[in-house]
Amino acid sequence: MGIHRGHQARPGEWLAEKLIFLISLSAIGMVLLIFLFVAREALPVFFGQTDTALIQPVIPTAELDRHSPAELQRYLELTPEQFTTMDKETIKTLMDVKIEALNDIPENFRNDPDAKINTTEWKYLLRPHQWSGYEKPERIWQPVGQIKKFNLIPLFVGTLKTTLIGLLFAVPLAVGAAIYVSQLARPRVRETVKPVIEMLSGIPSVVTGVFALIVMATVLQHIFGYQTRLNAFVAGIALGFAVIPVIFSIAEDALTSVPRAYTQAALALGASRWQTAWQIVLPAALPGVFAASVLGFGRAIGETMIVLMVCSASVMSWSIFDSARSITTTIAAEMAEAVNGGPHYRILFMLGALLFAATFVSNMIGDFVIHRFKNKLEGKR
Amino acid sequence: MTDTLMPKLSVNANDPGAVAGSPFIEIENLSLYYGASKALKNISLNLDEKVVTAFIGPSGCGKSTLLRCLNRMNDLIDGVRIEGSMKIGGYNINAKDVDVIELRKRVGMVFQKSNPFPKSIYENVAYGLRLHGVKAKSDLDARIEQSLQGAALWDEVKDRLHTSALGLSGGQQQRLCIARAIAIRPEIILMDEPASALDPIATARIEDLILELKKEFTIVIVTHNMQQAARISDRTAFFYIGELVEFGPTVKIFTNPAQKRTEDYVSGRFG
Repeated sequence: MGIHRGHQARPGEWLAEKLIFLISLSAIGMVLLIFLFVAREALPVFFGQTDTALIQPVIPTAELDRHSPAELQRYLELTPEQFTTMDKETIKTLMDVKIEALNDIPENFRNDPDAKINTTEWKYLLRPHQWSGYEKPERIWQPVGQIKKFNLIPLFVGTLKTTLIGLLFAVPLAVGAAIYVSQLARPRVRETVKPVIEMLSGIPSVVTGVFALIVMATVLQHIFGYQTRLNAFVAGIALGFAVIPVIFSIAEDALTSVPRAYTQAALALGASRWQTAWQIVLPAALPGVFAASVLGFGRAIGETMIVLMVCSASVMSWSIFDSARSITTTIAAEMAEAVNGGPHYRILFMLGALLFAATFVSNMIGDFVIHRFKNKLEGKR
Repeated sequence: MTDTLMPKLSVNANDPGAVAGSPFIEIENLSLYYGASKALKNISLNLDEKVVTAFIGPSGCGKSTLLRCLNRMNDLIDGVRIEGSMKIGGYNINAKDVDVIELRKRVGMVFQKSNPFPKSIYENVAYGLRLHGVKAKSDLDARIEQSLQGAALWDEVKDRLHTSALGLSGGQQQRLCIARAIAIRPEIILMDEPASALDPIATARIEDLILELKKEFTIVIVTHNMQQAARISDRTAFFYIGELVEFGPTVKIFTNPAQKRTEDYVSGRFG
């Protein structure tokens, strides 16, 4: 008889444990791989390797021998492998094609200063620019046409506008409903209301989008009397509908899991049910309610369809009654028509990577705040 | 806080409305049903003011249920129905027009498991005071100190009033709950096995505290600990499966009970 240590004693359990560990690792690996893939496609933008200038400096075909192979390869936009398989004649033909392409540029752009700039440089991505034909420097997202304008700020503003309106609308409603259902409602009411609200999350966002587009837009315009029928406000409210069940469900769980002992203590002190819910249960459940809101933020910022259907003009405006175009909407609408590997494609991937980073950071901050809350409630420092 | 809904409960000699000599808490033919099952069976019991009464009996005998009738905490459970009358200071507390909040201000409660709020020590005691209209900082400070001293906790926590109450030991937490209950100056304090989760030293401190509180409050305590009932109570009521078997002075219940069942229980033959 001997006392076995480790996996020798229970090989089955040891194996199962390792297997589960591997599976959980693979989940982390997947997320990492997705991020790496997205980031890889976006890297050329970060390193300034994309160029959208319409009029490029030209190397005359005759000067072929004065340039190094590396220079030529970059000039002809070829990969090193492609370049090495080509003989001199092919390269000459390609250089001719390049010069001919220059002649294809429409007359009116030849003298346009905008045709000479690389619009994927950071200053054009972030700062307003005096585009020819415009009265003042502006931030414009206009990825099609001869001069492609890629200013990201209108998209950031559009995302923020719709997301914040959605959260401002959804968080009070969802948390209020959660307080009511978990603390105040009679069991019969609770058992009806809870599944009905949670059923909202099963509605496809396309359906919510259609409803917002056809019904809500008209109703809201009648109530508030603004100019543009389809705007960030309508999109935000519709987003709110998509987010409410997420926040409600988690907030309700958090409120229900507050120990009954707290409720009883408050009631025994002579607090009303309302006072108990508001002053005792809600503060005790605040970490959970906050987590619910962070998750709702993630859902709102990632929601594509609703904003795409309700409004999608990328105007640079902080007014909630103007249109807006969110980052996800942009990616969904434009990815299919962006040239594979081109500047537009790269910038869309960069937007994706930024979105990924934004949700990651918001979750980190959320987690940090929740821990602070919890430690404070539990008397740890 | 105005006393519009219910006059002071105490039977006070100076109170012209009071009936001299009538018991403080009168329970008459009280039955309680959870749905169809009858948890309390025709209980009649009179309790006097500023006396410690212990409810004893085996688990499930209804002693906690009866205790919770006294501040209507059973209202929170669905399907509870009460018959018979329960009067405190001459007022039927089961009447429809009784303000439960006012009743609970007069009848405080301490639970089996200490349940301080996840707030600071100061805020725990301040909560009940604020509920009942004490707003000024100086009043709050004074009454919080007074209550914590009343609960024999002040010296231990006076330097850490604004730290979380959950950082206190179990015994300290239970004394904080007592401080919280006495802060709003109830007339009756209900205690549902207040020391059952505590070690012997913490239990002894709670028991000393109860004897001290007896001077000011009417105390009803549910306990499983026979020695505890014998040490701290003046009267003892023995319950068995929803019935009141015997009620009388504690000394009599423990030394010369009238009923065979009581004798068997207090001598440890069952329970």
